[in-house]
Amino acid sequence: MATLEILGKTLVLDKDGHLANPAEWTEEIAREISVREGVGELTATHWVVIKFMRKVYEKEGDPPSIRRITQESGVDTRLLYQLFPNGPGRKAAKVAGLPRPKSCI
Amino acid sequence: MSEAKSRKPVERVSIIVSRGSLEGVYPGLIMANGARMEGIEASLFFTFFGLDAITNKRLDHLKVATVGNPAMHIPTVLGAIPGISAFATHMMKKEIEKLNIPPVREFLQTIHDAGGEIYGCKASVDMFHLKKEDFTPLVDDIITVGEFYEKSAGAQIIFT
Repeated sequence: MATLEILGKTLVLDKDGHLANPAEWTEEIAREISVREGVGELTATHWVVIKFMRKVYEKEGDPPSIRRITQESGVDTRLLYQLFPNGPGRKAAKVAGLPRPKSCI
Repeated sequence: MSEAKSRKPVERVSIIVSRGSLEGVYPGLIMANGARMEGIEASLFFTFFGLDAITNKRLDHLKVATVGNPAMHIPTVLGAIPGISAFATHMMKKEIEKLNIPPVREFLQTIHDAGGEIYGCKASVDMFHLKKEDFTPLVDDIITVGEFYEKSAGAQIIFT
């Protein structure tokens, strides 16, 4: 079982390398994962995306698709790809401490 | 698992869309968009009847082929009845919408905004007597097959 050492804690990861238990996630952990994933320092706009994803996940049990993020969070496609380069769906979900999105869109 | 990890990940894809039916166009769009979502570089190359998917006055009206398509599970003669293709198209568009898959025009915009490149095939454009202005402005360029290969350097080429 893969784990991640962050801020003195040992967090268990799922098979995709995302946090296995989204409840263990904190904003400090997000900042740390973000740096390790190459997303860099989180801006206010990053947080809009992360909080939107957390909110959807807490309500529905699945992270939102990229299309839904761009439709409902106020961050459009172009910006989302700038904020989370090299695969916005997975990168954003990883930073948000959520599983890999199941949607193909 | 360890074997899968040692394989080189896909870094670039060049997807050729050669058909103009709804079911002929969507797979290429979904694959190109899906590639961008995973951080994979993607370009789309529309050729022959695939050009309908980037032709401004046609791309909102692509239809499902109900004739010569055994997977539709309706007899060919039924598929030929006027209105059947429109009905099947309507049904499929509803299903597509349910899955939160965007309509073709929005999908092209998304792929474009996500950094995907969109090209038309010069030979087909000439064959159908089309001009650059006939296409959606989302099209990056009309290119020859030689240019397509040049742009596909290092990419996996996928024909749909």
